[in-house]
Amino acid sequence: MVVDSTKMQRLADRLAEQEIKGRSLWADARARFFHNKAAVGGLIVLVLVALFAIFGDMIAVWSNEELDFSVMGQVAELGGPSIANGHYFGTDDLGRDLFARTVQGTRISLMVGIVGSAIAVIVGTLYGATAGYLGGRIDSIMMRTVDILMSIPYMFVLILLLVMFGRSMSMLFIGIGLISWLDMARIVRGQTLSLKHKEFIEAAQATGVPTFTIIRRHIVPNLLGVVAVYATLLVPLMILTESFISFLGLGVQEPLTSWGALISEGARTMAYGTLWQLGFPLFFFVITLFAFFFVGDGLRDALDPKDR
Amino acid sequence: MFSYILKRLAVAIPTLLLLIIISFLLMRAAPGGPFTTERGLPPQVLANLEAKYGLDQPLWKQMVNYVWGIVAHFDFGPSFIYKDRTVNEIIAQGFPVTLTYGSISFLLAVTVGVTLGVVAAIRHNTWLDYLAVGVSIGAQVLPNFVMAPILVLIFTLWLRWLPGGGWEGGQWQYLVMPVIALSTSFMASIARITRSSMLEVLNSNHIRTARAKGLPERKIILRHALKPALLPVISYLGPAFVTMITGSVVVDMYFSTGGIGKAFVDSALNRDYAVMLGITILVGALTILFNLVVDILYAWIDPKIRY
Amino acid sequence: MALLEVRDLGVSFETPDGTVNAVNGVSFTLERGETLGIVGESGSGKSQLSFAIMGLLARNGRARGSVLFDGQEILNAPPKVINPIRANRIAMVFQDPMTSLNPYMRVSDQMAEVLTHHKGMSRAQAVREAIRMLDAVKIPDAANRVHLYPHEFSGGMRQRVMIAMALLCRPELLIADEPTTALDVTVQAQIMSLLAELQREFAMATILITHDLGVVAGFCRQVMVLYGGKVMEQSPTDPLFETPSHPYTRGLLRAIPRVDREGDQLESIPGSPPNMTREDRGCPFAPRCAHAGEDCLDHLAPLTEFAPGRLRACNRSLEEIA
Repeated sequence: MVVDSTKMQRLADRLAEQEIKGRSLWADARARFFHNKAAVGGLIVLVLVALFAIFGDMIAVWSNEELDFSVMGQVAELGGPSIANGHYFGTDDLGRDLFARTVQGTRISLMVGIVGSAIAVIVGTLYGATAGYLGGRIDSIMMRTVDILMSIPYMFVLILLLVMFGRSMSMLFIGIGLISWLDMARIVRGQTLSLKHKEFIEAAQATGVPTFTIIRRHIVPNLLGVVAVYATLLVPLMILTESFISFLGLGVQEPLTSWGALISEGARTMAYGTLWQLGFPLFFFVITLFAFFFVGDGLRDALDPKDR
Repeated sequence: MFSYILKRLAVAIPTLLLLIIISFLLMRAAPGGPFTTERGLPPQVLANLEAKYGLDQPLWKQMVNYVWGIVAHFDFGPSFIYKDRTVNEIIAQGFPVTLTYGSISFLLAVTVGVTLGVVAAIRHNTWLDYLAVGVSIGAQVLPNFVMAPILVLIFTLWLRWLPGGGWEGGQWQYLVMPVIALSTSFMASIARITRSSMLEVLNSNHIRTARAKGLPERKIILRHALKPALLPVISYLGPAFVTMITGSVVVDMYFSTGGIGKAFVDSALNRDYAVMLGITILVGALTILFNLVVDILYAWIDPKIRY
Repeated sequence: MALLEVRDLGVSFETPDGTVNAVNGVSFTLERGETLGIVGESGSGKSQLSFAIMGLLARNGRARGSVLFDGQEILNAPPKVINPIRANRIAMVFQDPMTSLNPYMRVSDQMAEVLTHHKGMSRAQAVREAIRMLDAVKIPDAANRVHLYPHEFSGGMRQRVMIAMALLCRPELLIADEPTTALDVTVQAQIMSLLAELQREFAMATILITHDLGVVAGFCRQVMVLYGGKVMEQSPTDPLFETPSHPYTRGLLRAIPRVDREGDQLESIPGSPPNMTREDRGCPFAPRCAHAGEDCLDHLAPLTEFAPGRLRACNRSLEEIA
């Protein structure tokens, strides 16, 4: 039989086409992520909110501490949002510029969210990976401890800590971060355990790939997906927790502020007709949480093709 | 089953003891005693006070007394601030209130959430599904401390239908807003969880078998799909319970309902450690008990759990 | 009238990566009491074919063509039409008995509901009948084990339960979708001989779906070979084994280990199964076929009868591939 050269050429073309289609996990995930309108929209919103937090100060006419004596006492009548007097978002009941305060609250809330979830992710990943990797008795003791810690009413303990040891930013960061590492630890442990027994890991071991290379090339990239998704979904939860604490008046202290503190103030004063005090911080709070949830969901769907 | 319950109890009881001991040590580790005031008390008065509250005894003895008081007599000791009231009295005043609106919210969240989730899954990719998903995503970014002011704004300030707060023995007008504020986000979460697990179950092999049996769709959902679809919901009930109790703090603050959440915040602001600890331990104990019930429920539904 | 008449059946799935054509233009006829084997490797569309007949496709699946069961159209039929037929007249045995049985229900309840629903029996009657059927599939101590949960059975026993459940209503047609794939080799043989025995005893028409030509040889009178969702060859079993008429069938046969031929190297078919996402007018096997030419990529000859009862779809003549 003679091999037809044109036919072979076409075959090769077809195979190349398949090669292009068979992208790597991450390229594939990226393509799927950017296909997801809600996730991309969320990402854009997050970028805008971040720009607002970073550069908002430059637009602000007033600083966040100045009192505008011209509206003081008549906030409901004169303190509304206005371009003319530079209070784009109006003023609060003391005559402070709400725009500047919202910028600052956004900064602090985002920071708490990101730092808090970073702490949770680092502690949780280390703990979970250790437990899953070591296995056996150590694993069961470590996970039993997590079970026990899970039944502690954390918000109460956090408030307890804040009251006993004083309200400081670092206490808030650590406290909020330490609330959430337990779930992370469980997830990472489960993932490590199942990865350890996957065929491609065993195949790599059988063909003599060094342990470190296996961890670097196979385990870490596979953990990374879960960790990234979880971290993204954790940030809004951290922001929620901080806002909750600040709402109770136990979070950040004046003159610093956060979304929770601003919402709390707005809620207290809405009966006087200064609705913008609730509206603007609430708007930023809600769109940011939405955006984080959408981005997190989008990431998860992108990294988990089976869920399509 | 019985031995399974015993086994779970064997874990729950040490957990509770540990919780009490850690809480106690935390209280002692806190800077400043309960009687530290800005002006400072005369040494003699301080010594008398400490003797009265047993603070002059060695630490381990104080701890044993505290733990024993709770375990044997359900006695959390006296309040450090309100000299004439015990922690028990403070809790007994607020607890029934929290229990009332808490359990109503819980039942509402579970029933409505599960129904919404199941309907959304059955009508997958229809307007009903999109509506349920939209509502549940929306409710997720509106936590109770955001819901509460919005509810007051709408129902009290604009419509003037409902009182803005108070309890009045739990009449319905006073219950509506606390229950909505507390239950909405759970309803949303439960609906989301139910929907996605129901969708997964409906795609599973054993549902295909049930379809191949020629059973009507209603029977397939109720007999074959509902049980496995509810398992993730049941696992979620434990954490939901904790978050709900936490949420009661906001409800108490915002609607002046006077539950234990208010007692907790008051004691936090007054540095009344005894009350804070008492409430923390009570909430922890309830959580442990609740998780025990959830575990048993789970084992009852899933025959693969070995006991 | 034939019991089952499948005409030009096609199945496609809408996926984010495009439309997947899992099955294309499959036709066959099955008489009462007859046995048909559908052979193909994984991804050849053989399972989707059986799901389409039973109306069990996933949500994103669409079936076209026609399936007449006892003269009645059942393809894409509404529940009112198809539900009284399912389990009652056409029953199905699935591939993986662990996940195909409901893990949260006792076997007794799962079996009894078939009879209470279709035959209007009381629960007690139905359980008694279930026990009788479990006896028939040779499950020891059936009277007690009927009350167990599926996970308390071994793999082989679970598949016996699955078979017993399918036979409860004495169906006229049994579709067995890879009934032995998930099982150990020794258990596979037991299950297949049990199925053969029951097929004769109940005189029911049977479609056996498998990737294993060896299983077909002992069980089916007719064979249909599927590749990439298209029928390659359709034939009575014996002549197919003697003189396979399609390059793919030949490849399959050479890949079966035989004890009667010594020294022969076991061959494999080069390449891998086709990507089904694009519209393919040509022969799906062409990229792996040693006889394929330029024309095979664009066009496939229709299935034609070349000997009594034997059909093949190939652009090359029998002589060319000899």
